[in-house]
Amino acid sequence: MKTTPAPINRRQFLKSTGGVALFIGVSGIIPTILSCENLGKSNGLLPAHKLTAWVQLMEDGKMIVYNPAAEMGQGSMTSLAAIFAEEMDADWSKVQVEFSPQESATYGSAGWSGNTKIMLSAGSRVTKGYFPIMKRAGAQARYIMLHTASKKWQVPIDQLTADNGYVSSVNDNKRISFGDLVPDLAIPEDLPDFAEGPFKAPSEYQLIGQVLDRKEIPEKVDGSAIFTMDIKLPGEVHAILERGNLHGAQPVLENENEIKAMDGVLLVKTLNYAIAVVASTLEQALKAKKGLKIRWSNSPAAGFNSQKAYATYEKILLDPGNKGREITKIGETSSALRQARKVYTADFKNDYVYHAQMEPLNSIVKVAEDGNSAEVWVGSQQGFDSKLGVPAALGLEPEKVTIYLQYLGGGFGRRSMTDFVTECALLAKELPGKPIKLMWTREDDVRYGAYRPLTLQRLKAGVDRNGSISSLEHYIVGDGGNLVASGIKNDHYYIPNQYALWKEVTEGIRLKHWRAVGHGPNKFAIECLIDDIARDQQKDPVVMRRDLMQKSPRAIETLNKAAAMADWSSERKPERGKGVAFLERSGTLSTGICEISVNRKTGKITIHNFWSAHDAGLIIQPDNVKAQIEGGILMGISSVLTEQITILDGKIQQSNYNDYQILRMEDAPENVETALIDSVESPQGVGESGTPLVACAIANAFLDLTGKKLRHLPFTQERVLEALNT
Amino acid sequence: MKTFILDINNTEFTIEAQENSMLLWILREQAGLTGTKYSCGIGQCGSCTVHLDGKPIRSCLLPVSSINKGQKITTIEGLSEQKLHPVQQAWIDAQVPQCGFCQSGQIMQAASLLDENPRPTRAEIRTYMNGNLCRCGTYMRIMEAIEIAAEKMPQSS
Repeated sequence: MKTTPAPINRRQFLKSTGGVALFIGVSGIIPTILSCENLGKSNGLLPAHKLTAWVQLMEDGKMIVYNPAAEMGQGSMTSLAAIFAEEMDADWSKVQVEFSPQESATYGSAGWSGNTKIMLSAGSRVTKGYFPIMKRAGAQARYIMLHTASKKWQVPIDQLTADNGYVSSVNDNKRISFGDLVPDLAIPEDLPDFAEGPFKAPSEYQLIGQVLDRKEIPEKVDGSAIFTMDIKLPGEVHAILERGNLHGAQPVLENENEIKAMDGVLLVKTLNYAIAVVASTLEQALKAKKGLKIRWSNSPAAGFNSQKAYATYEKILLDPGNKGREITKIGETSSALRQARKVYTADFKNDYVYHAQMEPLNSIVKVAEDGNSAEVWVGSQQGFDSKLGVPAALGLEPEKVTIYLQYLGGGFGRRSMTDFVTECALLAKELPGKPIKLMWTREDDVRYGAYRPLTLQRLKAGVDRNGSISSLEHYIVGDGGNLVASGIKNDHYYIPNQYALWKEVTEGIRLKHWRAVGHGPNKFAIECLIDDIARDQQKDPVVMRRDLMQKSPRAIETLNKAAAMADWSSERKPERGKGVAFLERSGTLSTGICEISVNRKTGKITIHNFWSAHDAGLIIQPDNVKAQIEGGILMGISSVLTEQITILDGKIQQSNYNDYQILRMEDAPENVETALIDSVESPQGVGESGTPLVACAIANAFLDLTGKKLRHLPFTQERVLEALNT
Repeated sequence: MKTFILDINNTEFTIEAQENSMLLWILREQAGLTGTKYSCGIGQCGSCTVHLDGKPIRSCLLPVSSINKGQKITTIEGLSEQKLHPVQQAWIDAQVPQCGFCQSGQIMQAASLLDENPRPTRAEIRTYMNGNLCRCGTYMRIMEAIEIAAEKMPQSS
């Protein structure tokens, strides 16, 4: 039997096991080498200097590269280290990867504006954001290895070269491993900055672009990977909350004394949205939760009915008094629409969807006995740079809060919120000295979710004499600000007149980024309208898009590639339809084509094939990128076919996987095929590129097969039958 | 509280628990075997799948009192005595896991499938694995990995 793993302690992240850490100031600060045995010195240096330790070298040649990003299955644990190791010329087989400390001033990537730095694994920004940082740090580390050998051998540095963890001298047969250089490591007085390189040419890459096994997969197949939920700390106690199903409602606990008297219950606390119980064991806490008698107040969400919202939203859409907020204005759509030969109008609807990550939200917080510091164990997409809002919740300075980042059992945007961390901090404050292990039950996770918002969209497009789309208006009514706006722009389609407007509503429902955010609903609307027009104009949907992409050769390349993979021009198989969709997300251009069939009696859609082609710039890890696309497409299929949060009188109607259905293996496609376009441009984000292709590709395939239109996400069997019967 | 003696991964555990305590919590909270995961608690997702006498069961719905003396419980940690089980190796070969949270359950279910049916068709794989959810969408690679494992496993019959 495997023993319970010891708690992961990164208070002194420089291991006392030996070796040295190479602190490299990528902002131009002189690097420092620290012995990991001299913890006192290093701990003093860490806060005093904005130094960044990216690597720790051992005399046996092993090295640890520090990963500043969350690992939620997207592969940061491997891809960022690979960029570093590539530029350092390290031996990949000797590279281990650990999370860096959560200190955004030193480990952050470029923030949203100016000179800010953030540690945030969201918006598919990790590889894109850290590529220049890891490359530069790796190049500096390589230079230090060369410099050390140069000193040791008294050979000019320009006669040395590095390869696969060794330095060798060009003119003689001297060769030494990085590990053997560790005792002599020396910092050059004038370390090149490497802000602009020189870096390796892509043709010299030995790791980037190769299929590398993901570093953390072995521990994910033998059960030893530790998620926050699996950590056991001495003296830990367990917190469970009851949050009800009406967002914004406040609870009154009617049997507090009864609950307090239950076995093991240590604390009962009323929060303004939940009742919290802390007990000695998890089972005691779960049992106490079942016994809670709670009276809930009303809330702003009360009375809200999600399925009736669309009628209200249409009134808002048509209300001239509600001016809304302009998102896009290119050219002049109103005159272009007047001059159009034909105008097309269509409405699109999408219900709320829930993240449904397999690991329910959870965290551990321990406030010190004296209340002056706190430690946090959590799988987070990070944020509030980068202490997850805990300092504010506890009234502590950020440096008094230590975050130990853990693997995430799924993120998808949900874990970029910090509600499940700060509430645990508030409970930990009540019981200083005790680690509070908070777990959301699945029911909490569903009902107190933060969903992708419900929206109504109305699109109007005008077609000119040549059959080209000359104008596009896009109106959205929905909640959640940027959540509804992403993906509304059409930078790779040449449409001279474009206008987009958002009218905000507020329903009191919790909302959050959900993989690809507004791209799902918005691209669904835009791409379906294009196929409507193509059909009416008797144009091939791929040809129609190729015309629209006239100013974007990169976009055309993905379209052509996907069309070739799908054998688009060939005759359809009997009872099969194909549909195409194109989009840009996080800098990646993607074309997807799916092939479906429909059971006309039951309304069930079957996905046979999903082909897609992507230009994501330079690909660091091709197999992992494909895995991201495949997974994104399957999550897209899931959301498009069945996923639906419904709200009645403000109350969330779903509570678990029995009534919130996500894709199961029987409904997975027969074949998912992904192609990546060769490129040496900067890497772009891929984690969200697959998901938003799906709704439009399926709806367009349905149109191809049946001539009927699917306009409301998800395409439940009832809705499919309804569309077939129109 | 009652005392239960459980055979988990060929090790005898003496556990103090309520009769209606679910095996999942015993494994995770008392036996320290955290490879088995909680995700839904209602037998809908399969993340908590372990073997009871070699057959896959959802440990979140199995009261400890219903386990008979002598019945063998196997978790992901005990799936293979020494090196990796062929299914685990195939999971690496096909680079299946993303977040990894559901994968212990997937692997336990897949190992049972191949035990019962050493050469499953795609359709049989889909049916047998249908109760195990993966939100990252690794189903295509799971199917591939099961086929890789089937190829490599010794065919007894």
